[in-house]
Amino acid sequence: MRERRATVDVSFDGVEYEAYADESVMDASRRLGIGIPSLCYLEGLSVWGGCRMCVVQIAEDHRLRPACATPVAPDMEIHTDTPQLRAHRKAITELLFAEGNHVCAVCVVNGNCELQDVAVDTGMDHVRFDYQSPQREIDASHPKYIFDPNRCIVCTRCVRVCHEIEGAHVWDVAYRGSEAVLVTGMNQPWGTVDSCTWCGKCVAVCPTGALAYQGRAVGEMQHQTDIVIRLAMARNKGEWIDPAELEEMR
Amino acid sequence: MSDKARVATVWLGGCSGCHMSFLDMDEFLFDFAERADLVYSPIADVKDFPEDVDVTLVEGAIANEDNLELARIVRANTTTVVSFGDCAVSGNVTAMRNPLGDPENVLVPVYVDAVDRNPVVPSEEGIVPPLMPQVLPVHRVIDVDVYLPGCPPDADKIKRAVTALLDAEPLVERGTDIQFG
Repeated sequence: MRERRATVDVSFDGVEYEAYADESVMDASRRLGIGIPSLCYLEGLSVWGGCRMCVVQIAEDHRLRPACATPVAPDMEIHTDTPQLRAHRKAITELLFAEGNHVCAVCVVNGNCELQDVAVDTGMDHVRFDYQSPQREIDASHPKYIFDPNRCIVCTRCVRVCHEIEGAHVWDVAYRGSEAVLVTGMNQPWGTVDSCTWCGKCVAVCPTGALAYQGRAVGEMQHQTDIVIRLAMARNKGEWIDPAELEEMR
Repeated sequence: MSDKARVATVWLGGCSGCHMSFLDMDEFLFDFAERADLVYSPIADVKDFPEDVDVTLVEGAIANEDNLELARIVRANTTTVVSFGDCAVSGNVTAMRNPLGDPENVLVPVYVDAVDRNPVVPSEEGIVPPLMPQVLPVHRVIDVDVYLPGCPPDADKIKRAVTALLDAEPLVERGTDIQFG
């Protein structure tokens, strides 16, 4: 018989809850139905903690922590929605928009985009920073998919899903800091990478329009993070999924 | 002196889609006309931007020197400046040339390389305004009071914003009222 999972008492925004002792603040919040905005986090994949959208405040500690990479602790007082956190999340969103070339009006995921949704949630009605307008080349060499780094926020979901779930490790991050960019294979055109299995999990989990099916027009692209979350969670639990269930989700 | 609000709309570097959306307010335009005078607009035959304007909706980004000049005139003569639509708010499609750098990198392929007859970049001092080195959102060149994103902002959204401004109520925009695209 499986051991009962140990629990700890925590509070979210002043309300007491019971959390599992071995889960993160993010996982507890999701399970308890508390909305913490996030971008790079994806249930079932390893934690990256790169986007900083999910920052929370623990009690009076002035140092903000990413909910996804912070384990719960006994009697933890978690604040998810303070004026300071709202200001930070809005600023982060503005920086993301300023960093790449995000033009919702001409994007394949217009209306189905997690970045666009975050902008709405954080109340971003304009960007206070200078747009960087980087020049980045689109990789359309793959017969089935297309990668537009102009729309990439380097959340690394594609890197993680390809490595951890598909086991192909086609994707990786090259260069550092503001130069960081997603690459395929040995930094070669995606269509020439033999290890790509064409499974499409990277496309399914992309939060923006950076990864899409070829031939989709504005607003026509829908990502399918739900399928990958189902796969990843089942894999973590060692559970078998009936292919019919996946077919239904498609 | 009429007690109607003095409202203006201007069309800078954009496609006029925001103005089309404005006209999409349909019968509300009658209510609007009861309460406001449209003192300057691409759909009104007025040559010079007037003084003492209460609200100006600015469509489009700052793409050329004429846009810059008009934006400054708008600011000097308007109480409440509204950045109207994605091009005004973010640069949007108008700013898609920015990654290419110098405007020549766009003008030459379009007006010289791609044409057979009379390949020349149009220029006429005082008539054809030179392009800005980079397309800028309106708030990068003048102070903006209200942001109304959307490509275009749909008519209901404009109606809510215009009504709030005419009622001199604080414009509380939330949810998809501030969605880009």
